[in-house]
This record gives sequence, structure tokens and C-alpha cells, in this order.
Amino acid sequence: MLLSPALAISAVLFTLGVAGVLLRRNAIVIFMCVELMLNAVNLTFVALAQSLGLGGQVFVFFVMAVAAAEAAVGLAIILAVYRHKQSVSLQNMNLLKDG
Amino acid sequence: MTLTVFWIFGVIAMGSGLLCITRKNPIASALWLVVTLFALAALFVLLDAQFIAVLQVLVYAGAIMVLFLFVIMLLNLGRPGPTDIKGPLGLLGATVLAGALLLLLRPLGEAPLPAGIQLPPGTVATLQQQRGMVGSVATPLFDTYLVPFEIASVLLLAAIVGAVVLAKRKL
Amino acid sequence: MTGTTVDLIWLAPALALLGFVLNGTLALARPTAKTLVSTIGAGVLLAAFGVAIAVFSAFTGLHAPTEAPVVFRYWSWIPVGTLQVDFALQVDQLSLVMLLVVTGVGSLIHLFSIGYMKDDPGYARYFAYLNLFVFFMLVLVLGASFPVMFVGWEGVGLCSYLLIGFWFTEEVNANAGRKAFIMNRIGDFGFMVAMFMIFWSTGSLDFDTVFAHAPTALTAGGTAITVITLFLFLGCTGKSAQIPLYTWLPDAMAGPTPVSALIHAATMVTAGVYLVARCNLLFALAPVSSAVVAGVGALTALFAATIALQQWDIKKVLAYSTISQLGYMFLAVGTGAMTAGMFHLVTHACFKALLFLGSGSVIFALHRAYHHTHSHEDAQDMRNMGGLARYMPWTTALMWIATLAIAGIPPFSGFFSKDEILTAAFARGSVEPIWLVFWGLSLVAALLTAFYMTRLMIYTFHGPNRTGEREQTHLHEAPWILTGPLVVLGVLSAAGGLLNVPELYHGGEWLHHWLEPVTQPGAALRPEAPLASGTEWMLVGVAVAVAVIGIVGAWQLLKPERLVPARNAPEERGLARILRNKWYVDEIYDALIVRPLVWFSRVVLWQEIDQRVIDGAAVNGAARGARALGWANRWIQSGQVGTYVAVFVVGVLLILWRAMG
Repeated sequence: MLLSPALAISAVLFTLGVAGVLLRRNAIVIFMCVELMLNAVNLTFVALAQSLGLGGQVFVFFVMAVAAAEAAVGLAIILAVYRHKQSVSLQNMNLLKDG
Repeated sequence: MTLTVFWIFGVIAMGSGLLCITRKNPIASALWLVVTLFALAALFVLLDAQFIAVLQVLVYAGAIMVLFLFVIMLLNLGRPGPTDIKGPLGLLGATVLAGALLLLLRPLGEAPLPAGIQLPPGTVATLQQQRGMVGSVATPLFDTYLVPFEIASVLLLAAIVGAVVLAKRKL
Repeated sequence: MTGTTVDLIWLAPALALLGFVLNGTLALARPTAKTLVSTIGAGVLLAAFGVAIAVFSAFTGLHAPTEAPVVFRYWSWIPVGTLQVDFALQVDQLSLVMLLVVTGVGSLIHLFSIGYMKDDPGYARYFAYLNLFVFFMLVLVLGASFPVMFVGWEGVGLCSYLLIGFWFTEEVNANAGRKAFIMNRIGDFGFMVAMFMIFWSTGSLDFDTVFAHAPTALTAGGTAITVITLFLFLGCTGKSAQIPLYTWLPDAMAGPTPVSALIHAATMVTAGVYLVARCNLLFALAPVSSAVVAGVGALTALFAATIALQQWDIKKVLAYSTISQLGYMFLAVGTGAMTAGMFHLVTHACFKALLFLGSGSVIFALHRAYHHTHSHEDAQDMRNMGGLARYMPWTTALMWIATLAIAGIPPFSGFFSKDEILTAAFARGSVEPIWLVFWGLSLVAALLTAFYMTRLMIYTFHGPNRTGEREQTHLHEAPWILTGPLVVLGVLSAAGGLLNVPELYHGGEWLHHWLEPVTQPGAALRPEAPLASGTEWMLVGVAVAVAVIGIVGAWQLLKPERLVPARNAPEERGLARILRNKWYVDEIYDALIVRPLVWFSRVVLWQEIDQRVIDGAAVNGAARGARALGWANRWIQSGQVGTYVAVFVVGVLLILWRAMG
């Protein structure tokens, strides 16, 4: 059975994604790390679909749709931010704090 | 034999994932992520999800990642920025937290699946035999998950409109 | 469903609603399209009257018209647990009588309105409201359950409010509307409490189920049924202007005169009588409440009649007269003489509508005369009238018919119905002596009725004219669209008694037998009170004598020659002044209820509880607390997304740790 190794690989990939988000400041790279996490989850879905039914594979499909939408909107946001700040570094994105 | 191949691709995925998050150049990161996605596609094939594997290559590695690269190049970010990676303190924090996460996730892989929700062995394989690779995914998609499927299409439309609105200088 | 024309009953309210929708649209879009508005407004009513007649004749043609009422359930309205209320209409003998009265008198008054309101800028709005009123009134009388009836009950209250305040640009009228609305609210509270209690004790709100279960579910004369019926009667006192909630009706005369005729004389204010008649079984089970109903009715009849003696506004006289006559109806239904009450309701609808429309015709003429000379005199004050018989012969003759009818002179309609009430009260007195007191009160009221109505006629139509030299040339009879409906009502007022000629005159008592299926269950529970025919003849003699004394006395005592126009009129003194000021009831209510309530609301509820406690402590306190918390914790918000992500991950880890536990 490939379930255990698949889950282990998935866990490692997910952790790598989290670590990347924590480590990086470049918004685009952080985005890629999020994609990495999504893919880790996809792997879990596919692995479990083998024993729990094909609903898992359908869900991967939905995850991809959401990821595509997210990438389109997210990258557009980054583009818009870059236009304002000439930077995509999170260090410069601190408008959440008043003043 | 399958297990060995599985592990080979798994190690490729994990290794290129690690490289993805550690490369200073965003383009390098993106290309390493593409490698990870390809490796994952291979894992999907080994897990009897050929259709998903094809989608993975087409949609993820093909479309989404090209979009990423396109934006990176559009913004002329193809070289490492001065503050792209956090300093030693950030590295330490990220390592600790990631390690803790991995530690916490580890028991999940070993826990046995509850017997009640498991299908009898071979059910999925039979289904794929009967309906074909695509059909076995398509049937639940257009049957049980029809409404979410339609909503997903609305979501994509909204994303397209939203992206245009956000990215355009003037409407 | 019966498979006959009776099934078309829904058309009657639907037509009125259609009229409201169309006229309402016109009022917003094309308020000047008066021909179209009048065609729709009066047309739907005439059509509804046609439907009513068709349903009536079909109903009499049913194989077993004396059996259970025909109930049409259209849709489920409030399905909550055991409370199942359908939107259902009920056709039976009682609702048919009301249906005919509402659509019949309503049609005439709609026709009259076409002439009366023709120069009003709010013409379309007026007809929209009037049609809406008829719709709700029909829902009220046709509803097959308490809640459906309540919808109509509230709806007619709304329309009454809208039409009293029809000329809302003057504050007096708007206030009169509010007064009516608020007084009715008190009554509606009683109605609702009664509904809750009925559901609580019988488990249903449909008329048929309630009346079927009531005799077993409620002990006769017990506390529950007494409280229920008293609360129902509280609702009636509001809607039907009885003591203590009658004060809104005289003020309601601020509305256009046809409205006073339709809503505040002929139909809406009789809804309370209809309610008691509909619930006659419940009232029969509660002798105490019945006595209260009869007592309040008799007292109101007398009390309002005394006030009517000294009013100068022609419509105010009629308003108090209406209250007084409604008192008679409640005396009847309280006595258990449901037929007598309904009979008086029908005849009163005719002659009081005639009186109001006749006074409308007079006001119309005076108003026009004053309009020509640009005078600002009061067109409703009787001191400005006098001698109008010369100018308005038709109106005068018809008003005299109505006056004789209301005074109880045979053979006009009011004689039969009023006499039946007095006889029933006297007969009941042989079983329970208190009814003899009620009979005495209402007999005095009858005397006063004859007196004040004759006074109204003398001052308005006879004696010298006090309108003014220049105005006299402009006084003349109203156009046919105004007098036409009057003539029809005059015929009905004169001949309405034929509906229920008692056995004493070898009549068939048609109405009595017709209503028997509805009134029988209640009547069976009340004590028999037979009267010898000799006694009956004596009672008739007394009643007629009283009426004649009233008329002749008024003719002898009142000297219209001595009256001066309202402008120069001296202040009254003594009793006349007290009566002129309506026994100061409004002032007493103001001092006892309104002022303390306003003070309590302003000082205690508003300034103390609302401003200090709720606004100060609760609302502002919460805001201050939130601000203090934010001030204390704002260092957490660094604005750095990276930090937020790290904190977020720590949170996720903690949750995972707990979950893996």
C-alpha cells in the first residue's frame, strides 16, 4: 500500500510550504509556497481516494479550480500593489497598521 | 517495485520543494516548484489517479506556474532582492515552527483508517475499469457534485473579472 | 366547494382589492383621471354587490341551507405545530347578511362619493382607500376563523385611520385619525388576548371548531369563558365605539362625510355587533359577560344620546346618535336577541347612511354657497343652517324619513328593529330583573333620540335661514348623483322593517328564521323569556308614545327663530354647557390617562431609563469598554503580515496539539 508513504510525503511538503511562508518576504514566492501547501493536500486527497472512494479525486479538481482563481486574483493584487509601492516585499506592506 | 518508484518521486518532490523555498532568485524558486509539481503528477499516476495527474501537468505546471513566471518577469523581479529571505532569527523561527508542525503531523500517516468508512479493496479499481479513467471522476463530478461544480464556474468567472479590474490601470 | 355560484364568494373581496390596486396605481400615476377612477371605484363595488346577490340566491337554493356553514379553504396561512390557520372564507346566513349590507350600502355611498368628492385633489386616493376598506370589511365578515377576521378587523381600522385623516394637511384631522387608531389599539389588544385564550382552551381558532368544542372545553359561566368574552367585548368597545372607548368616533367626523356614512355609521363600527353575534355561543356560555355587554350597550345608548342633545355640528349629532344606536345593538346581542341586534344593524345601516349622506348633501350645498361668496363660515354648524327645506326639498323629505325611522315611528324600519330590542330586554327582565334597568335606560334613550333628531331637523331644515343674505341665492338641491343614492336609501329606510315583521303583526319574521342556524346554538343555552301578547302590545304602545313625545316635545320646546348664527352665538350655561362639552369625558381621559402616561414616558422612560440607563450605561458603556480594550491591546497590531502569519501558525499548531492530544 502506498498510503503511508504518500501521507508522509504530503506532510513534509505541507511543512515545507509553511516554512516557506514564514521564511520568505517576497509576496510572489509566498504565493508559490501556498500553492505547495495546496498540492500537499491534493496528494492526501488522491492517496485516500484509493480506499475511500473517488470523491477525493473530485475534490482535487475543485482545489485546482480554486487555486487557479486564487492565482489570477492574487497575482493581480500583487501587480496593483507593485504599481503603488514599486516593491513586492511584505516589509513594505504594512498599511494594516494605522500610521 | 512500485514502492521504490514512489519513494524516488517522493524524494524528488520533497527535495525540489526544499530548493523552491530556499532559492533567492524567484525564477529559480518557481522552476523548482514546477519540478515538484511534475513529481507530484508522477505520484498521482502511481496512486491510480491518471486523470488528475494529467490535469496537474496541464493546469498547475502548465497554466498557473506560467502565470507566476509571467508576473515575475513582468515586474522585472528576476534577480534576488536584498530582503527576500529573512535573517537568521527568521530562519530559526521558521525551522522551529516547521519542525513542530512536522512532529505533530507525523502520527496522522500511521493512524489506521477507521474500518467503517473504507471501501472494500478493489472497488476503485473496478470502477475505473468500468467507466474509464475520466469517466470515474466525471460521474460523481456531474452527479453528486453538480452544484459545487457550477459554483466553481461562477467563482472562476468572478476571479477573471476581479483580476481584470485589479490589474488594469484605468477602466 | 359546493359546485354552485356560492363558490364565487372570493370574487367579492377580490373585486374590491382589484379596485384598490387600480385606483391606488392611478392615484400615484394619473390622479387627474377622475372618470376612470369613478368607473373603477364604483364599478367594482356594484360588481361585488352583484356577486353578493348571486351568492345569496345560490345559497338559498342549496339543498340544505340550514346546515353547517360553507367554508372555503384557500391556502394554509399559519401552520405552526398544533396551530393551523388557513386563509378561509365562510358563507353562512350571518355573513351573507353582512355581505349584502356592506356591498349594498357601500355601492350607494361610492356613487354618492362620485358627486361629493368630485372637486377634491385627492379623488383617486380617496377611492383607493374606500375600495381597500370594502376589501378588508369583506374579509372581516367572511373570514372563517378569528385570525382571518382579525386581518379584516385591523385592515378596516387602518382604512378608517387613513380616511379620517384624509385631509391630513390640517393637524386636527390628522390628530383625529391618530386618536381613532390608538383607541382601536386598546380594543385590538382585547381581541388578541381573547384569541390567545380561545386557542389555549379549545386548541383551534376556526369558528366551526371553536364553537363545536366550546361547550365541552369551557364550563358555562366559568372564569375562562367570562374572561374570554370580556376581552372580546373590549375589542368590540374599541371598534364599535362603546363606553369607555367611544371618544374617537365623534372626532372621526373629520373625514369626508361619505366616509362617516360608510365606515363610521353603516359598516365598520358594527363589526363589534357582528363579532358578538358570530360568537353568540361563547356569550351564551358567559351570562356575566352578556350582562356586561347589555349594560354597557344600554348605558352607552343613553349617555351618547344626552351628548347629542347639545351638539351644533350636524355630523357630531349624527356621530353621537350612531354611538347611541350601536348601544342598542349591544343591548340586543347582550340580551341574547341576536336577530334583533342584526336587524337593527341592517336598518341602522340604511337610515344612518341616509342621515349622513343627507347631511353630506346639506354640507355640500352650504359649502358651495360659502365658496361662492368666499366666506369662511362653518358649513357643518346647524346654527348656520335653518329653513333649508325651501332650497332642498328632496333632501328634507328623505331626511325626515330617516328621522322617523331612527325615532321609531311605525311603520318605518327603525320602529320594528328598535321595538324588538326593547321587547327582548323587557322580556329578559322577567327572568333577571337587572334587564328592567337596561330597558328603562334604553327607553329614556329612545325619548332623547326622537328629541335630538327632531332638533336636528328643525334647526337644519325649518325656521328662518341663517346662512347669510348673499349665500341664500346659491343654496339649491345637490345634483342627482348625490340625491339618487339618497332616494334608494330612503326606500330602504322606510320599508326595511319588512325584513322581520314580528308575529305580533302576523309577520313572517323572515330574518329571524334565516339567522336561526347561526343563533340557535347560543339561544338554546339561554333562559326562555316568553311574553304575553298583551304585554307586547303595551310595550309597543310605550315605545311609540315615547317617540311621539320626543318629536312633539322638540317641536314645541325648540325655537329656531331665536337661534343666531354660529359666529355670534352666546356661550351656553349650566347643563347645556356640560352636554356641549360632552360631559368633559375627553378632558377627564386627558387628565387621568394621557397626561400621566406622557409624563411617565417622558420623564421616567425617556430621560431616566432610556437616556441614563440604556444609552448611558449599556450602549456608551459597551463602547467605552471596547475602546479601553483596544487601547490596551493595540501593540499586537504591528501591521507586519509576516508577524501575523507566524502568530497564525503558532495558533494552528496549538489547535493541532490539542486535537492530537
